[in-house]
Order: sequence, then C-alpha cells, then structure tokens
Amino acid sequence: MNALIFTALSGVVMMFAGLFVRNKQHIKFIAIAALLITFGANLAELSTIAAGSRTVYGMITISNFSILFNAVAFGATLLYFMLSGSAFEKVGEHVSDYFALIFFILSGITLAASFSSLLMLFLAIEIMSIPQYILAGSNKKNPKSNEASLKYFLMGSFSTGILLMGITLIYGATGTFNISELGLGEGEVSPLALCGIILLAFALSFKVSAAPFHFWTPDVYDGSPSVFTSFMATVVKAGGFIAFIRIFHIAFAGGALSAHWQLLLSIITAVTLIIGNFTAVFQQSVKRMLAYSSIAQAGFMLLSVIALNDMATKGIILYAAAYSVATIGVFAVLIKLKDYTFDGFNGLARTQPLLAVTTTIFLFSLAGIPLTAGFFAKYFVLTAAVQQGNLLWLVIVAVLCAAISVYYYFRVIIAMFFKQGEPQTSEITGGFKFMLVLTAAIVIILGVFPGLLLQFI
Amino acid sequence: MLTVLLILIPLVAGLVTFGLKGSGPKTLALIASVASLAVTVGALFQYRTAPESVQFSASWIPQLGARFSVGLDGMGMMLCLLTAISFLLIFVVIYGRNYERSNSFYGLMLLSQAGLTGVFTAYDAMLFYVFWELALIPVYFLCSLWGGEKRIPVTFKFFVYTFTGSLLMLVGIIYIYLQSPDKSFSYASFTAGNIDAHTQSWLFWLFFAAFAIKMPIFPFHTWQPDTYEQSPTPVTMVLSGIMVKMGLFGVMRWLLPVLPKGADMWSDAAIVLSIIGIVYASCIAIVQSDFKRLIAYSSIAHIGLMSAAIFANNEQSLQGVLIQLFNHGINIIGLWIIVEIIQDRLKVKNLNDLGGIAQYAPRMAIFLVIISLANIGLPLTNGFIGEFLMFSGLFQFNPWFMAVAGLGIILAAVYTLNMVQKVIFGQSNQLTETTTDLKGNEVLVLSVIVVLIIALGVYPKPMLDLVSSTTELVNKVY
Repeated sequence: MNALIFTALSGVVMMFAGLFVRNKQHIKFIAIAALLITFGANLAELSTIAAGSRTVYGMITISNFSILFNAVAFGATLLYFMLSGSAFEKVGEHVSDYFALIFFILSGITLAASFSSLLMLFLAIEIMSIPQYILAGSNKKNPKSNEASLKYFLMGSFSTGILLMGITLIYGATGTFNISELGLGEGEVSPLALCGIILLAFALSFKVSAAPFHFWTPDVYDGSPSVFTSFMATVVKAGGFIAFIRIFHIAFAGGALSAHWQLLLSIITAVTLIIGNFTAVFQQSVKRMLAYSSIAQAGFMLLSVIALNDMATKGIILYAAAYSVATIGVFAVLIKLKDYTFDGFNGLARTQPLLAVTTTIFLFSLAGIPLTAGFFAKYFVLTAAVQQGNLLWLVIVAVLCAAISVYYYFRVIIAMFFKQGEPQTSEITGGFKFMLVLTAAIVIILGVFPGLLLQFI
Repeated sequence: MLTVLLILIPLVAGLVTFGLKGSGPKTLALIASVASLAVTVGALFQYRTAPESVQFSASWIPQLGARFSVGLDGMGMMLCLLTAISFLLIFVVIYGRNYERSNSFYGLMLLSQAGLTGVFTAYDAMLFYVFWELALIPVYFLCSLWGGEKRIPVTFKFFVYTFTGSLLMLVGIIYIYLQSPDKSFSYASFTAGNIDAHTQSWLFWLFFAAFAIKMPIFPFHTWQPDTYEQSPTPVTMVLSGIMVKMGLFGVMRWLLPVLPKGADMWSDAAIVLSIIGIVYASCIAIVQSDFKRLIAYSSIAHIGLMSAAIFANNEQSLQGVLIQLFNHGINIIGLWIIVEIIQDRLKVKNLNDLGGIAQYAPRMAIFLVIISLANIGLPLTNGFIGEFLMFSGLFQFNPWFMAVAGLGIILAAVYTLNMVQKVIFGQSNQLTETTTDLKGNEVLVLSVIVVLIIALGVYPKPMLDLVSSTTELVNKVY
C-alpha cells in the first residue's frame, strides 16, 4: 500500500516541482530523493505483513512477493535515474513532467504487482500505458517520436479493448472480479471463460511485446527518445509480466483449464523466441537490436508464465531484476554515443575502456553467461519450465535461441574491442562512470550470489 | 584448502595483472605460475597421504542446493598438474616476446588458468558449469585480440559452437537436478543413479553435445582447425594442450558415472564417431601444408582415439586415456612451442617454405624429432604406453573398432614424419638459412618436456598409480 501511495504522491510532487524549481539538476535530485523515500516506505511495509498477505477492500493484496517486486522495480528505476536522469534535459523542456510520468508508471507497476481484482488489473495496465504514450512522443520536434507515440497509442488502445472484452467474458462466466474467487480451475472448463482467458492472454502478450503481437515494439522503441526506451523496455515490461504471471498463476491455474492456455502460451513463447532472436541478428542499429532483444527476452520470461511452480515466480523476479539492470546499463552507454549503429561502437575499448568493459558485462548478462545475473535468471526460468514437464521441446528451443542471441550481443563486443574506430561520445562525467561501475557490480554480485535477492522470497 | 588456493592464485594474479604496466605482467604471470605449480605439487603430496584433506565444500546458493565443492581425485590431480606445468612452460617460452597490451594478455591467460583449474576440481554440477563457461571467455578474448587475420569470425564461430553445446548440457544438468533426491547439484546425488534407462538415453546426447564439441569429435570439429590456426600460439597451446581435455574430463567425470545406462546404450555410436574422426583427421593432416593446421588435425585424431577408448569403458582403456590426457598435453605443447619458435624467427607457417633447418638449428631439430616420435607413440616415449593401453582396451570392447582405429597410428607416422622431413631436412632456402638456434629459456622448456617424455615413457608407474583410483570409481558404477 505504501508503495502505491508514495509513487502517486511523488508523481504529484514532481509535477509541482517543475513550477517552483528552475534548475534541472535539482529536479533530478528531488526525483531521486522521492524515489529513495518510496523505496524505503515500500520495504518498511515488509515488517507489517510478517506472514501471508493483507488485502485492502478486496481490491489489492499486499504480499512479500509484491513488495519484493516493487523493490526490484524501484531499485532498477533508481539506477536508471542516476545513470540516465541527466539525459532527460536533452529530450525537451519539461524535465519534471517526465519524472512525474515515470512515477505514475511506477504506481501502475505497484498496482500490477498487487491487484486482486480484475478491475485493478485493468487500471494497472492503463496507468502503466498512458504515460508511456506521452513519453514516446516527448521529443515533439522529431517526426519519428511522434509516429512512435501515435502508433503505440492506437495499438495500445486496441489491445486495451481486447483486455476489457476478456475481463467481461470472464465476469460473465463467473460473476465476480475477485481473482482468487473465480474458481475457474475447478470442475469443467467453461467455454465462455476460456474465450476470456485467451483474449486476456492476447492483450497481455501485446503489452509485453510477445510475438505475433510485437509489431509495434521495434518502431516505438526506435522512435522514442532513447532515454525513455530504456525505461519502457525494462521496468515497464517487467511490470507487464508481473501482471501476466499473477493473473494466470492465481486465477487461471488448475485442472483441465491450465492445459488449454499453456499450449497457446507455449506457441506464443516459441514464436516470440524465434522471431525476436532471428530478427535481432539482422539489425544494423544497436537501438533496434535492443528492441528485438527485448522481444527475445520476453520469450524467456513467458516461460515462467507457462510454468506453474515456485521456481517460476522466483525466476520472474530475478529475471526482471537481471534484465532491467543490464538493459538500463547498455542504454545508458548507448545514449552517450553519437552513432547508434554497430559501427558507432567501433574502437570504444580504446577510447573509453571503462564504458566498454561495463557494457561487456551487461551484454554477458543479457546473453546469460555465468557469473552474471542474467545466467541465474535464465537458469531459473529454464528450471521452472523443465520442472513443469512436457515443455522440454520449448526449453530446447529457448536454449538454442539463447545461443543465437550471443550473435547479436557479441557483435557489440566485437565492435568495441576488436575493430578500429574513433567513436564519438558526449561528455562522460566521473559520476556517470561511478554509477556504471556500480551497476556492473550489481550484475556480477547477483550473478555470483543470487541468494542475496532470493532469500527474501 | 589447497584446492581452493589452486583456483585463487591464478584468479587473483590475473585480476591484479590487468592493472600492471611494463614488464610487470609477465613477471607476475611467471611468479603466479610457479606458485600454482608449487601448490599443485603440495596438493599432490597431501593427496597421497590423506586424500580427504584436498576436498573443500562451502555453502554457495543455499536456495538452489548449489555448493562451492572442490576436490581432487587422481584424474583431477593429474589434470591440475598438467595445467600448472603447461602454463609455467608457456610463460617461460614467451617471456622474451613483447605483446601489445601485455597486461590484458597475461591477465586473460591467468584467468583462463583459473577457469580450467576450476573445471578440473569442481564437484558440484552448477560450479562445474560456471567454470566450464568461465574458461571459455578469456580464451575468446585472447584469440580475438591477438590472433591472425581471420581471427574475429573464426573465434566467434568457436565461441558460438561451444556455447551452444554448454547450453544443451545446462538443460541436462537442470533435468538431473530436478530428479535428484535431495535437490542438490552435488556429485554424490548426480551419481546416485535414480534415472531410468529411457531418460538416460536422451540425456546422454545433451551432455555428449557439449563434450563432443569441446573435444572435438567428428562432426563437431569444424571450429577447431581454424581456431588453432588463427589463435596466437601460446593460446593454441592452452587450447590444444589443456582445454580439449575439458571435454574428455567431462565425459569421465560427468557423463559416464552420471548416466551409465545412457552411455552404455550409445557407446557404439560415440566410438564410431570418434573413429571416423581419427581416420578423417589423419587423412586431412597428411595433405596439409600449413604447419599449424597439420598439428590441429593431428590433435583431432589423437583426441578421437582417447574418446573412443573412454566409451569402450574398461579398466585398461580408461587407464590408457587417463595417462594419455597428461602425455598428449605435454607432447602437443612441445610441438606448438617449436611451431611458435619457427614462426617467431621466420614468420612463415607453410611447410613448403621450410626445410633444412637441421643444419642451422641442430638443437631445435633434435627436440622436434623426439617430440614428434612421442606424438606417434614410439615405445620408450610417453605416448606409447597410453596408446597401447587404449588400443588394448578397445580391442577387448570390439576388435573391429580397434582395427580401424589402429589405422590412425600408421597415418600418424605418415604425416608426422613427413612434417619433420619438410621442416628440418631437405634443401634449405634463403629464408631458413637465417634460422638461429634455440635460446636459453627455449632449451630449458623443451628439455623439461623431453625429460618428461622419456621419464614417463620408461617408467609410467607413478602416473598409473595416481589415476588408478579414478578408473575404479568410473568402473564401480557398472
């Protein structure tokens, strides 16, 4: 509950901060301070719900799981503010508004991590989405940014419609919005509810950019200002997944019902993995490659939605953390470069060795190489899928796709270390370097001792 | 604790090396490798007096049941010894060379040593997997940064190949982990043997893929000649002398005891692939004119024989493999050292450009001949005893396999002697007339190798004693 209140309040504070504070640096500090307070308030709630969970008016349920996920999302956002917060100024005049919008997205994410009613699910998804439409179009003078915003808005509203229709059908079949009372997993499968579930699966697949609902992703991620792409592709996507996994694991699990949507989601996962990875291989721009890589990574996270076990819920948190931190790191470096193509990275190891080494660590994590957080993230979701049984074919597809992903991640490493060039970078401050090293350290520490995060679940 | 020290010394030294300048990196690398060798020898003595004292286990990821368990048995001991000796020899030989960005070069070399030692000592499947991948990363950078002209695509192919294999193995590890009674990665629960035969039969291929790519076995070998050719020679020594042993070691530690029924079911298939590799690689080696590629193919042939012997899986063949692991490492590093020296002096690696070196560098010629003879497996050299045991074991398994694999010996003699002839005998040309003979450090290193070759060839008993515990262990499962 604290998380929800504090993120919403912080958003309002940031809106007013724009009126009273002129210095953009100060606005950034206010945002970081507000986020720190939110982070603390969120963790403070952990002690009040010693065991089990607390339900508020039948609408949201606060549990260890939701608090931990909030902490991961806030932590990743904190890193994001510190690494890339200064880049907000380059997008446009209204820096404080951007921070406010991000706080509103965060309150959507906290809602997604704790909803216990289908209505709240709808609200969570909408609160996450609408500020994103604005952020995507925040670079008003750039036609690509406008296109991204419009495209995202049109497609997003369409999928919201599908989401609502799904909720309606489920309500029609069960007569309740409360996800723990739907009781769909017991007894015979109701065709009406099944239709609703499938529509819900499609709508949520759209939000997490799973194939074949991913077509908006490359254009939107490419067109939006890079600094916001970084946030949209990481924390927000993780928020979408948390909604996805919660609704499917809590409300739709059990009996004959699971098998129906598990098959559907298995196919979606396989298609996502294959399309995401293969298309990423052919990209010339690192930013676009990262857009496709985010589709590919979504395929891995979908594995945990399909697998109905404890490993899956642990896995999604670890995956969200590992993927977000690493991608935020790569984007932070990308923003500093003038040229977003692979060639733009040529020779970075000579001119900026620190940037090159930390980027390598982030890319290792994305590729899932041991001793980085990404390895254990992949390990968990794969284990969850193997444990589920009957999914071994999907696991093999996933690991083969992971091998393909090495191709495009390593292209960046090859460009940085083994090719000659003079990459143009904007000014790199000592503080930025420090934050990069810190982020890389987090990636490695989580990779060596994942227990540090897992002990809380 | 000594075992942990074995991993820590190169790891810490490697990390420190990145920050050094001038001649600091190579000095530190030399010191670290001497220290590693000393600790390895210490561990050897400790192992002989009290085998339990070299085991170490600490909690790592309690939520998963993964522990930091390292230890040594005869096989691990021997491979650690090989690693320590090889790295020391390599660092001594290249002491005179000056590498660009030498701090990164030596740092990465030491990190790869740490990874390799970790692989050979890990007694926890998760730890094994982590080290298995970790040994690969520094080598990837070493090849890509200091290799030949085509290094980038070639090493990339190498990386993707091995990474794919590793991931398949990871799926296998996950599967076995979920089947294990106490949900742990420990060696004991992996070898507990509660996986039914049908499951073992497909799990076998997941593990086999990883190990076969690493060894490499036909048809997974295509990365290997290119990589050996393009890598800087010190790295090729690591790759061919030690890293390929990871695959063989993996089969003996993590495949045969973990999936005995699967291995039993598919042993014929695996041996046939290995034997195809022997004959195929030997034939290609005969027509190679590139010095490095010739040795690369010869290495595929030798590894093929070892792999066939492993899957024959009887006491003699395993004993043969175990001592050959060490001897092949020593011999092939010896050959690469000579290649490195010739390449450093003459800047060519085409055999047709060489010739008559014996007149100008008689000492080098002598060393080359002895090492080549050991490579063929002539009696009284170290190569003989291992090959004899392996063939004898293979014969017990199936005489036909042995007969075809035996062609490898004849073909090995053809290409090796042909190579010796082209390099050191025959007409000298303008280029080879400029050859200078070996320098002090080179003589030292090659002498050590030759002494090992002859000593272990004449008196292999200590080596056989050391590994006997492992053959018993592998066999006991049946």
